[in-house]
Amino acid sequence: MPRLMNIRPRGGGRILLGLVPILALLLLYAVASQARHTLNPNDKILPTFAAMAAQVNIMALHPDPQTGQIALVADTAASLRRMGIGIGLAAITTLVLGLGIGLLPLVRAGLGPLVAAIAVIPPIAVLPILFIVFGLGETSKIVLIFVGLTPFMVRDLSAHVAAIPEEQLVKAQTLGASTWVVAVRVALPQALPRLIESLRFSLGPAWVFLISAEAIASDVGLGYRIFLVRRYLAMDVIIPYVVWISLLAVALDWALATLSRGLFPWAHPKRLR
Amino acid sequence: MGVLSFRDVWVEYGDKIILERLSLEVAEGSFVSIVGPSGAGKSTFLRLALGQEAPSRGRIFLDGEPLRAEPGPDRGVVFQRYSVFPHMTVLKNVMFGVQCARDGRAARTESIAMLERVGLGHNLDAYPAALSGGMQQRLALAQALITHPRILLLDEPLGALDPGVRLDMHELITELWREHGLTILMVTHDIKEAFKLGTRVIAIDKRRRDPQAPDRYGSTAVYDFPLDKPNAAGRQAVEAMMAPVE
Ligand SMILES: Nc1ncnc2c1ncn2[C@@H]1O[C@H](COP(=O)(O)OP(=O)(O)O)[C@@H](O)[C@H]1O
Ligand SMILES: [Mg+2]
Repeated sequence: MPRLMNIRPRGGGRILLGLVPILALLLLYAVASQARHTLNPNDKILPTFAAMAAQVNIMALHPDPQTGQIALVADTAASLRRMGIGIGLAAITTLVLGLGIGLLPLVRAGLGPLVAAIAVIPPIAVLPILFIVFGLGETSKIVLIFVGLTPFMVRDLSAHVAAIPEEQLVKAQTLGASTWVVAVRVALPQALPRLIESLRFSLGPAWVFLISAEAIASDVGLGYRIFLVRRYLAMDVIIPYVVWISLLAVALDWALATLSRGLFPWAHPKRLR
Repeated sequence: MGVLSFRDVWVEYGDKIILERLSLEVAEGSFVSIVGPSGAGKSTFLRLALGQEAPSRGRIFLDGEPLRAEPGPDRGVVFQRYSVFPHMTVLKNVMFGVQCARDGRAARTESIAMLERVGLGHNLDAYPAALSGGMQQRLALAQALITHPRILLLDEPLGALDPGVRLDMHELITELWREHGLTILMVTHDIKEAFKLGTRVIAIDKRRRDPQAPDRYGSTAVYDFPLDKPNAAGRQAVEAMMAPVE
């Protein structure tokens, strides 16, 4: 018998092993839900799969009689728009500041301490300020994502750029490269895959910021919806929405990872050989 | 006067003296091997020649003009590692220098010819991470020579390579040196290599030592052998110097 640490599941066995806990959890839920419903047919806390499916049908396929819109579609579009603009602005700012701070000692001396100071502020704590300054509309939600992500990403990217071996920077200069050429052709391409990686790490916090801002002040959005129906204990809406948000998060992460592998094959050396 | 001259050059970091009273002339077309124990200041010496660092005292001249403390296209370099750009293909790595110098229309043909010369004609579209150590150093050489530098600075370029690969590289470096009429300064740990390739061997070490304060004295050129004829005595002297340290 080999040691436990040397037993490696392979192929179908491995997939099966991964499915077991998921199926067990679903089964546990079904049993618990059934038990509650035999005691009280109107139980709202653990809705049956059938009840959730019925709600999904209403939210995802039928327009709301008042607004004429399909709720899930409108919520998803609003949230993804806020998310997209927020992380897009954060990415562009990070690229400019990260390259500047990482490559140019002058910029590092000037902006490094400021960025380090801002990075320690918990973003949610400045949410009231954002609501006061930018109002309760779209801007404050986008700015919260931007403010929440940018300082961390700038620090990460500038450290990455600063860690480009000195040898490469000297080599580029001996080949006649100006500061601009070094920035655009040596530092920028090596910063991009790291930026994408850093974005992937930041997606989790970004969802937290988005849902928080939507929960507090909004009239559409995934976070708005789950906090709205919370008042009616509508778990049959909340649970499918949470699953949907998770699926969106996984899809976004997968898209970024695929983008990086496609655009920067050299940054994923296992695939080169 | 040589193409590169060091006049009473010192390098000090605070109280720590790395190089002291270093004076030497490098003749155009010579191949200078630089040896010395680890930490003696060989890389520091090359950084001075590159302009990556300025001396704390003394002056350095390139063609009689004071050297600006900044790397430039008249001095090419190959380091032991990290000399090539990991995000560019082999061909793009070499084209980079031509594109920096002028518009890159002829860059492609010229770069392909250079890569064929160093034996990388079949790897144009590979990324450096997919090359062996020896091939990466061939690429680094092609990349450095495409801009036709007058001086080539090599900091232990073969230090990470297997012995067999080294022998091939010796041949390549010697040929390129002749073909391009280069002046080469090469730091190496391998004394055999230094005497085999060089037309001159310089050993850098501390001339005096203070056991209580090891940083009190810096290194300087303690041996300087021209190798216009085989110099067995010189080689023995350098080997004796390196022996207790290695
Ligand atoms: N920026 C620096 N500050 C302080 N000491 C340094 C610095 N750079 C190099 N040194 C010291 O200078 C000495 C010579 O270094 P180096 O030229 O790299 O030696 P070698 O290439 O001969 O092994 C070493 O003792 C090293 O620790
Ligand atoms: Mg060294």
